[in-house]
Amino acid sequence: MSTHFFADTSVMLGRSLRHVTRSMDTIITVTIMPIAFMLLFVYVFGGAIKAGAGHYVNYLMPGILLIAIASGIAYTAFRLFTDLQSGIFERFHSMPIARSSVLWGHVLTSLAANMISVVVIVLVGLLIGFRSSAGVLAWLAVVGILVLFTLTLTWIAVIAGLSAKSADGAGAFAYPIIFLPFISSAFVPTASMPGPVRAFAENQPVTSIVDTIRALFARQPVGHDIWIALAWCAGVLVVAYVLAMMAYRRKIA
Amino acid sequence: MEASTTALQVRGLEKSYDKVHVLRGVDFDVARGSIFALLGSNGAGKTTIVRILTTLLKPDSGTASVGGFDVGSQPARVRESISLTGQFAAVDEILTGRENLIMIARLRHVKHAGQIADDLLGRFGLAEAAGRRVSTYSGGMRRRLDIAMSLIGSPQIIFLDEPTTGLDPEGRIEVWKVIQNLADSGTTVFLTTQYLDEAEKLADRIAILHQGTIIVSGTLANLRKLLPPAKAEYVERQPTLEEIFLAITGSDNSDTKEPR
Ligand SMILES: Nc1ncnc2c1ncn2[C@@H]1O[C@H](COP(=O)(O)OP(=O)(O)OP(=O)(O)O)[C@@H](O)[C@H]1O
Ligand SMILES: [Mg+2]
Repeated sequence: MSTHFFADTSVMLGRSLRHVTRSMDTIITVTIMPIAFMLLFVYVFGGAIKAGAGHYVNYLMPGILLIAIASGIAYTAFRLFTDLQSGIFERFHSMPIARSSVLWGHVLTSLAANMISVVVIVLVGLLIGFRSSAGVLAWLAVVGILVLFTLTLTWIAVIAGLSAKSADGAGAFAYPIIFLPFISSAFVPTASMPGPVRAFAENQPVTSIVDTIRALFARQPVGHDIWIALAWCAGVLVVAYVLAMMAYRRKIA
Repeated sequence: MEASTTALQVRGLEKSYDKVHVLRGVDFDVARGSIFALLGSNGAGKTTIVRILTTLLKPDSGTASVGGFDVGSQPARVRESISLTGQFAAVDEILTGRENLIMIARLRHVKHAGQIADDLLGRFGLAEAAGRRVSTYSGGMRRRLDIAMSLIGSPQIIFLDEPTTGLDPEGRIEVWKVIQNLADSGTTVFLTTQYLDEAEKLADRIAILHQGTIIVSGTLANLRKLLPPAKAEYVERQPTLEEIFLAITGSDNSDTKEPR
């Protein structure tokens, strides 16, 4: 039944995007929190943090974007959970449509909504002094990594949305992910951290992603970091996708 | 019954959830173009049967063919033949009534989605509320929208799981008319209901599901024969379906205290 996949997915995407645009509060929540972190770190803690030359917001930006995405996907889990609860998920599944379009509609919506908040945050960053010397290719690479990161987290959100028992539970999985950038190179260089914390920070996925994006923004060589970052994202994406499909089969069995 | 005149054929259907053995060998046939009512107390397994027949749930054993297609091996073909109005209104709360209908029309790839939506909104008394978000609708309005959504694309077989629960008398009569019209135009209607007068009024055949099997099925006249004519000596009166139902299920309940 893949014949209608694209047509059906576009209907699902249109529906889910309406949900996003009709609850602007969710977009605002998703962007306000990272922007608040950005202002807090730049204007309150920034003076005390030694993170190399240049404006601290340049150092901060990659981590802030990842935090925004990590909090944005909680709504994907929530929307999926609501669909299951309301019975509309079952209605779609009793119809002659490409069944996978039901999930893909949510996944693409997540991508669109998160890219909107990324753009908003970068614009606010520009206002408070964020500057990048990156060329078109480097920007494309940044967008590519953010899209991959969003897809990875979105499939984790799909697992949560499909298996949650309550609406709160559906979003709760995002908290540890939102927290990961704090124990990474996102806000301060890992060299300043005590041994075990530093070991964790340097070997968890966020640090490699943050370092790669920061290097791309600053027009510096990305080194090995980009491969580590891509491997993390791709690896977790595959695992999350497989687990999401298992959760999905359990749901429709 | 021959395949060509049979819309639904169910044989030996069994289903358990964890420890509850809900269906213990369910058999029935539904003729094309007829209205079939499935009765049963709360928890009897009516919704479970509907979910199996609409490819949402797999039976543990037994077979079911819907519109000539097997639910297990040809679920996609089954879905092309059917439409489901589940027990609880499955509508999109954030979209408007009209947007809900257009969405379903697009998913069913019918032409003139907007016009179909407007027709249905008029037919179901929702024209005024068409542009409002469904979250502002009353329960009855949601239910009517839900049923309207199931009519799009003219499926051959329509499943209605307690379609009139929560509707006011006027709304019920409206839905009854819709169901009657569907059957008149050749659509097969599979209906579950708690209202025995509803089955009495609409159904060509009635089946009673009790403790996992269909304990009786037939036309209302058939079912009436199961009971001796009412004992009343003074007035001649046929037993109502409600009396038949209670007599059959009630006696079973009292002497077999079987935990389900
Ligand atoms: N997903 C499930 N997990 C466990 N038990 C279930 C599940 N769904 C239904 N049941 C049980 O199966 C039995 C039949 O449920 P079903 O919903 O089919 O009944 P019903 O006849 O539609 O009842 P009602 O008239 O209340 O709608 C009930 O005992 C119910 O508790
Ligand atoms: Mg039910």
